[in-house]
Amino acid sequence: MLEIIIQNIINALQWGSFYALIALGYTMVYGVLTLINFAHGDVFMVGAYISFFTATLLLSFLGVPGWVALALTIPITMMLTAMVGVSLERIAYRPLRRKGAHRLYVVITALMCGLILEHANLAILGASRKAFPELITTHVYNIGGITFTNLKLAVIVTAILAFFILQWIVTKTKVGMAMRAISYDKFAVPLMGIPIDSIIVVTFALGSAFAGLAGILFAMSYPILEPYMGALIGWKAFIAAVVGGIGDIRGAFLGGFILGAVEILVVAVFPSTYRDLIAFTVLLIILSIKPTGLFGIAKTTKI
Amino acid sequence: MKKTLLTAVLSCSTLLAVSAFAADTIKIGFNIPMTGDIPKVGESSKLSAEMLKADINGAGGLEVGGKKYMLEFLYEDNEAKAESAVTTALKLIEKDEVLAMVGPNSSKQAIPAGQVANDNETVMISPWSTNPDATLDRPWVFRAAFLDPFQGPVAVNFAVKTFGAKTAAVLYDLSNDYSKGLAEIFRDEFEKKVGPGSVLAFESHGTKDQDFSAQLTKIASTHPDFIFVPDNYNQVALIVKQARQLDYKGQFMGSDAWGSSELMTLCGDDCKGLYFSTHYAAAGATGATKEFIDRYSEKYGETPDDVAALTWDATRIVLQAIQDTGGLTGKLKKDRKAIRKAMSEIPTFAGITGNMKFDEQGDPVKCAVVVKISDEGTFQFTESVCPE
Repeated sequence: MLEIIIQNIINALQWGSFYALIALGYTMVYGVLTLINFAHGDVFMVGAYISFFTATLLLSFLGVPGWVALALTIPITMMLTAMVGVSLERIAYRPLRRKGAHRLYVVITALMCGLILEHANLAILGASRKAFPELITTHVYNIGGITFTNLKLAVIVTAILAFFILQWIVTKTKVGMAMRAISYDKFAVPLMGIPIDSIIVVTFALGSAFAGLAGILFAMSYPILEPYMGALIGWKAFIAAVVGGIGDIRGAFLGGFILGAVEILVVAVFPSTYRDLIAFTVLLIILSIKPTGLFGIAKTTKI
Repeated sequence: MKKTLLTAVLSCSTLLAVSAFAADTIKIGFNIPMTGDIPKVGESSKLSAEMLKADINGAGGLEVGGKKYMLEFLYEDNEAKAESAVTTALKLIEKDEVLAMVGPNSSKQAIPAGQVANDNETVMISPWSTNPDATLDRPWVFRAAFLDPFQGPVAVNFAVKTFGAKTAAVLYDLSNDYSKGLAEIFRDEFEKKVGPGSVLAFESHGTKDQDFSAQLTKIASTHPDFIFVPDNYNQVALIVKQARQLDYKGQFMGSDAWGSSELMTLCGDDCKGLYFSTHYAAAGATGATKEFIDRYSEKYGETPDDVAALTWDATRIVLQAIQDTGGLTGKLKKDRKAIRKAMSEIPTFAGITGNMKFDEQGDPVKCAVVVKISDEGTFQFTESVCPE
């Protein structure tokens, strides 16, 4: 019994890692722009596809060994995905912001951008699934009935590292200070000589790069890619970010792991039909006790 | 005013000319999943039908009652969704005015679409659906595949005999009529044969799920002799891989939804050595079946999977029925009725997936095969099971 519980905790940590990594992107953009970037789940999907093409290119055409391919795929994917995120901001969100459009319209635009990414992928690559190549040999370790793979450990460790890196950037660097400043007062910040557009670009780049990282790890763990893979997980990661307190890095991270853990543990005890029912009931209870999320601070609107 | 009248007259006559021309073609609608969860299934259906159409139109068309008709196949995407299958069926019946419909392939779509076909009195034949509900009490609906109440026991008997299995576990897709139905039949049959409580775990998941670790942890902790997975090929790949990562070393047994040519691209080495029950085995085929496989492989560069073979059979059954009507009147309702009558009267049909005979429900009585996934990734014939 004990080993089943520990086993499920490991499963939950792995599953939660993906929610956490994607939720980080939601929360950063929200923190700076108070914009819910609903295209983020699809940026994650694009990241997975970019890593697929990079890895296949490196493995099949250049013939490099798997670990070299992995070492190259990670930075290349993160950079390219960051560029996708930044392009979205440049093409879709910035023009609206310039025209002073209401936030609601930007959110709708984001939803549309997500759908465009999904269906462009469907149109270009077709509906058939892509199988992600095996970059590193998966070793299965079995210690006293508890099994884990090197991949599972790598996913969990990467998610935790990503959190610390982002937390450090936001709280300890100048860029991070500028981000927090924009989030505090969007109108006064440009007067202080802070280039607001560049900071927003950096925010999108960071958020998307980590979505790209989640894409690689997801593709390695669940090696079947399809155009709609980002939709549902993106929505759930957004909910995780809200539960954690959207706008707060710690909240996104914690929210992601809570959602992952609740989902896995519900399935471990109840039939899988109850998973979403119970998972979202738990989240609803958390929100009704603390409407701003676990780490959120209630803000009054200034007129 | 005059001009409008002239245009109206002109367009009317064009319409008449078009419909007069259309009388020499036979329209068959295909309600297949070209996007969604199982796009390969739709693609195989389409490729197979295209080959058949090229054959018949190349030979001058289909002869019905002394008159040659050209075939026109309309492929409509049902996105592998139940609700889209319904709208697709309605579109084919009402807007495109097809004579008969082939598809949908999965029971999940065939059950609701069958209702539409039956209500609108249009013949529908599903190539791949194995759930009894698709044709049950629907005189207008037929199929080319065997039924799950037959397939379930095939899997049970094979596993008991070959693996010497005394216990089993099941993992199935709860939101898929096919998967759920077959899982329940399997459980009941296995417990009847081996004894109550021999199915140690009966776990479900959703269609869009990607992580099965919680279910598999539960299953692995009961140490079953094998896991029965009546799931679509795309999920099979994930399930088998994740089970191996949880250090499950035992056997798997699958059902006919495994048999896509894409299974091995997605699953790779992990699926080698596993068994599943299906409609036909491409490796080691003879006669007309071999001829079909060779031509298909040459034309498209891949071995036809069971959906391709069943679509070939299903479409040929429809064409056979159209020929048996002895002549089309051009009146849609009347012709559809005649086709239904002819269809139910086909004595036996020699298909490439075996000989079949329709019972009163419109279901064929035919054999199933169990195949093993070889080390080269081909589906190798292991055993054939026929209904008594």
